[in-house]
Amino acid sequence: MTTKDQVEQEEGVTRRDFLYVATGAVGAVGAASVVWPLVDQMNPSADVLALASVEVDLSAIPLGQTLKILWRGKPIFIRHRTAAEIEAAIADNGAIDLIDPEDDQARAERPEWLIMVGVCTHLGCVPLDQRGDFNAWFCPCHGSHYDISGRIRKGPAPRNLEVPKYAFLNDTTVKIG
Amino acid sequence: MGSSNYQPTNKAVKWFEDRLPILGLMHSTLGAGYLAPRNLNYWWNFGSLAGFMLVVQIITGVILVMHYTPHVDMAFRAVEHIMRDVNYGWLIRYTHSNGASMFFVVVYIHILRGMYFGSYKSPREVLWFLGLVIYLLMMATGFMGYVLPWGQMSFWGATVITNLFGAFDFYEGMGESILHLLWGGFAVDNPTLQRFFSLHYLLPFVIVGVVILHIWALHLPGSNNPLGIDAKGPGDKIPFHPYYTAKDLFGLSFFIVILAIFIFYMPNIMGHPDNYIEANPMVTPPHIVPEWYYLPFYTILKAVPDKLFGVIAMFASILIFFVLPWLDGSKIRSAKFRPTTAFFFWLFLLNTLYLGYLGTKLPDEIMIDMAGGIDALTMGRISSIFYFAYFIVIVPLVSRMESTKPVPISIAQSVLDANKKG
Repeated sequence: MTTKDQVEQEEGVTRRDFLYVATGAVGAVGAASVVWPLVDQMNPSADVLALASVEVDLSAIPLGQTLKILWRGKPIFIRHRTAAEIEAAIADNGAIDLIDPEDDQARAERPEWLIMVGVCTHLGCVPLDQRGDFNAWFCPCHGSHYDISGRIRKGPAPRNLEVPKYAFLNDTTVKIG
Repeated sequence: MGSSNYQPTNKAVKWFEDRLPILGLMHSTLGAGYLAPRNLNYWWNFGSLAGFMLVVQIITGVILVMHYTPHVDMAFRAVEHIMRDVNYGWLIRYTHSNGASMFFVVVYIHILRGMYFGSYKSPREVLWFLGLVIYLLMMATGFMGYVLPWGQMSFWGATVITNLFGAFDFYEGMGESILHLLWGGFAVDNPTLQRFFSLHYLLPFVIVGVVILHIWALHLPGSNNPLGIDAKGPGDKIPFHPYYTAKDLFGLSFFIVILAIFIFYMPNIMGHPDNYIEANPMVTPPHIVPEWYYLPFYTILKAVPDKLFGVIAMFASILIFFVLPWLDGSKIRSAKFRPTTAFFFWLFLLNTLYLGYLGTKLPDEIMIDMAGGIDALTMGRISSIFYFAYFIVIVPLVSRMESTKPVPISIAQSVLDANKKG
């Protein structure tokens, strides 16, 4: 008759082996479930997530000017574009140097109002207004050039300036967020 | 840290030692019980200088925390309060900020000494790893410490460096999730400052722990020496105390003079004037530069046109030091007997200094006024390629192919020969 000791000596799988693995597995799951709160506490907290959206009065922005406001700790650019600028932006829709091709119509709900997050998609600096090869936005940190639609045309940035979620409440008020 | 031959004569000391043999441990680690090669030169002083700087940083840092407030509305003012109101606050803060720079100076020399004399080679690979871990921890600590004054460079330095991790954007939104996790918000803000403060306080003590492992790993094979040959007989070694404690303290007195010159006569020369402007998330300073000790790696980041590969190249430029013990296939440690290796070592050092210099330049600045002008970006690319070629091509080939000079039989013999000639 085969005894338990013989199974162990022959290095077969015993009930003890199973209990070892099962205990270890439950222990690992338990440890992982304790680690998660320690990691997740680093994510944005409820009050940060609850940051209200902002409403902006557009009537105060003259033609050809950009208003900068702070939303969720980031600058937002609101540019009142001139007819020439809108024309230039649309004319460049199919340009070959577009790194992240996008039509201007898809970036501005109303062409005269270009609303973007003013954070360079390279490493997060704030691009300067009316500078660079396209006389639009230029990031001084590592030399990214954006056009009058906020599209990346030259430099290390991988994507166009982000367009936040926004809605026009009436002709002169926009709600961002 | 080996067995101890420590024999206390005082009865009370012996009573204590029998119950906790810590004095014997100290004796065999940093005292007369540790036998070190007799030919160590002043380049071997920099390990203890680094240890000294770590202690200085911890003492001044703990004091600064007594007067600092980690909050975006108060941090900048707290630092000015330390500078203007706290008794000797200016001295403690300037010692801490210049101390960070001097800590890096000392550690860079310590690393370069290890490279030149082959201290990373067998059997000291793990010792080398632990040193690199200390260096990486120092980089993280230094970066987070620079954020705490909450000036313009603090804020934008933090923004650019944290954004590096956004390059790991392997699926839609992954990069952004990483950044939100790092920031605790949608941009560098108060939660970021608070966690950086917490970690800046923690990491130095982690460094202390790794330093202990570093010294432990050092004492198994013992110190390397300028000849790079193993110390064998008793004629090759002398006790660490009093010989090297005295030599290290003498070197330390010179080092403190240099540290004092910075603290008292040019306390802001390593800093950036923009950091005396409070952080403003709406305005990026026209020219962002990291602290000098990161500049060569910053140039490598800028040299690569792709964001992800730039970040990978930058991390690789540091991590490649971990495989140096295997890239170098020479049987001889010290570059003293490897003339070609020595030549390329100095070239590597010059190139790395030049990379650092380029880090302060704007990408389109003209560096060499010929052929229509060669800009900093192009030079940065050439220098970056040489940096990696040194590790991947030059070291593996040269170390396996060069003809070396004859190596002395023993340390004692080389000292006797030198005396005969002298």
